[in-house]
Amino acid sequence: MDLTRTPEEEEFRAGLRTWLAKALPSLPPKPSPDDWPARRAYDLGWQRMLYDAGYAGLHWPLDAGGRGATPTQHLIFLEETEKAGAPYVGANFVGLLHAGPTIAAEGTPEQRARWLPPVLRGEEVWCQGFSEPDAGSDLAALRTRAWRDGDDYVVSGSKIWTSHAEVADWCELLVRTDPAAPKHRGISWLALRMDAPGVTVRPLRTLAGSTEFAEVFLDDVRVPVAHRVGAENDGWRVTMVTLSFERGTAFVGEVVACRRVLGELAREAHRNGRWDDPVLRRHLGRLNAEFRALWRLTQWNVSEAQSTGGVPGVGGSVFKLRYSHARQELYDAAAEVLGPDAADLGREWTLDRLSSLSYTIAAGTSQIQRNIVAERILGLPKGR
Amino acid sequence: MRFQLTEDQKALRDGVRGLLAGRFGRAALRAAVEAPGLDRTLWRELGAAGFFALRLPEAEGGVGLGLPEAVLAFEEAGRFLLPGPLVATHLAAGEVAGAATGETVVTAVHGGLVEWLTQADVVRGDTAGAEPLRSVDPLTPLHRVPGTAEPAPLVMLLTAAEQLGTAARTCELAVQHARTREQFGQPIGAFQAVKHLCAEMLVRVETARVAVYAAAVTADPLDIAAARLLADEAAVRGTRDCLQVHGGMGFTWESDVHLYLKRAWVRTQRGESVTESEERLARELLSGTG
Repeated sequence: MDLTRTPEEEEFRAGLRTWLAKALPSLPPKPSPDDWPARRAYDLGWQRMLYDAGYAGLHWPLDAGGRGATPTQHLIFLEETEKAGAPYVGANFVGLLHAGPTIAAEGTPEQRARWLPPVLRGEEVWCQGFSEPDAGSDLAALRTRAWRDGDDYVVSGSKIWTSHAEVADWCELLVRTDPAAPKHRGISWLALRMDAPGVTVRPLRTLAGSTEFAEVFLDDVRVPVAHRVGAENDGWRVTMVTLSFERGTAFVGEVVACRRVLGELAREAHRNGRWDDPVLRRHLGRLNAEFRALWRLTQWNVSEAQSTGGVPGVGGSVFKLRYSHARQELYDAAAEVLGPDAADLGREWTLDRLSSLSYTIAAGTSQIQRNIVAERILGLPKGR
Repeated sequence: MRFQLTEDQKALRDGVRGLLAGRFGRAALRAAVEAPGLDRTLWRELGAAGFFALRLPEAEGGVGLGLPEAVLAFEEAGRFLLPGPLVATHLAAGEVAGAATGETVVTAVHGGLVEWLTQADVVRGDTAGAEPLRSVDPLTPLHRVPGTAEPAPLVMLLTAAEQLGTAARTCELAVQHARTREQFGQPIGAFQAVKHLCAEMLVRVETARVAVYAAAVTADPLDIAAARLLADEAAVRGTRDCLQVHGGMGFTWESDVHLYLKRAWVRTQRGESVTESEERLARELLSGTG
């Protein structure tokens, strides 16, 4: 067990720090959370800066246009960008962490050449068309249909909870191509152009008051067969590759951010007198232990991925379960620190407390994650 | 950075596990419960295997390994519920004659308690006014002392490693039971309520594991304080959930679950108090280095 960085890794960190110190002051001001076109422009602008500096797609393989960095370097990248207050991956989330790695792993050379460079250069935004109104946690129960018609699929159905749908160029879309097959088979993974005729996006307002995601309606939308990634009816396997990326690495930078917020909470409590409450102090101390351990868990999982050289494993479910609850506890503690101000929607921590509520639901609810841990890691029988 | 067990560390862990499985399996554990007392033959065997001299330099007759290896060995001790003042004797190796080889049994004042006071050959710390307690753990005789010793971080780290082993073992016991025990015509592990208890046990074990291993690598007092909080949680809540999964059987003396639970409770009293660990970690947040 070794937690020290190699000279190469330290050199990488130093170079990144130097670049961030120069690059960040030139960023435009952060747009309003409700201004989606401005958010898209801001996020893509940051991606372009990363691309020009050679930091785009750091963890992507070299032959996919990435840097082929080790998982440890990726970890250092996420740690340093967060510490420096650099923009979050934002609208590039699905493209960089999800669709991109999936296409890199499963796509044809033509597909890789068409879709990967624009993601890295900050030219195209992807969204995720997995969940449906009647198939959220039971993802495989999806009903959106695709019929073959010549060189096209004709797609009809609807998707929901689609983040960035309003400003996305492409959607990683799961469709049912064989309704007669068992539900986990008969699914295919398509790349859908969001401006194709028949695609309608209706924004959904979240409990935080903003429009973070949308419903997407698909009415006889034509998608070229050439836009299918993986074999027909093999989409579930392709999807599992995608989901393991999401669960394995998606929250790394956020752990660093949570540790920063925890320090801010302590200093705010010290300033406003709440620090004198031993119950609150002990709570903050325990959260410090919690987030230290979550950071170690991240390092452990990254090291494991590095030694297996492959896709992150089900250990991501362990992390996601613990992290999503810890994050909610963190913002509950923030409310204790704020006192009456916790009722003020103008406070950043109050908004963050609201958005933390989604963490135990998004990307597979905690209940689904517990089933995964129990069945796939512990080997308990599937329930009826 | 390669935060994973090395091949040597895996071999060491497997070796200790093999030794303890052969020497202190379930039958030996239950026999010890019926006839408590320090098994000096076992103690010398542990000494011969290098359990106490693990971190002693080779020049001084030790094995010459480090804290991470010691933590792996103590995790196995916790897994098998090995009785005796293991931590105190390990920490006395090289300082108290005969401790390294297991010839001398050493105990120490840890917090407000002393374990195995009357059976040990050497006692470290001030035991003036020590009063025997009726120990909650049938395999850990206890005395209460009026004063408290300065809490040593290594006591807490090695104790956390034992807690981790106990937590991991009780998770396995719960899962084994849930897979085989049938109710309503199916294994109880098929019910989500049971399944989710088991999943949460594993999540606590894996979170505690990385905290304990990282603290062994850094030896940083704050990492150790964090590791002890998470390992205590994993062991105390894990043994309780294991008892719950076992249902009525879990509440009987015949089931082993209570032995794990009681030892976990006793271990939470070693070193500084849980409150002090939490306060220490809270203070660190103000310093801004967290």
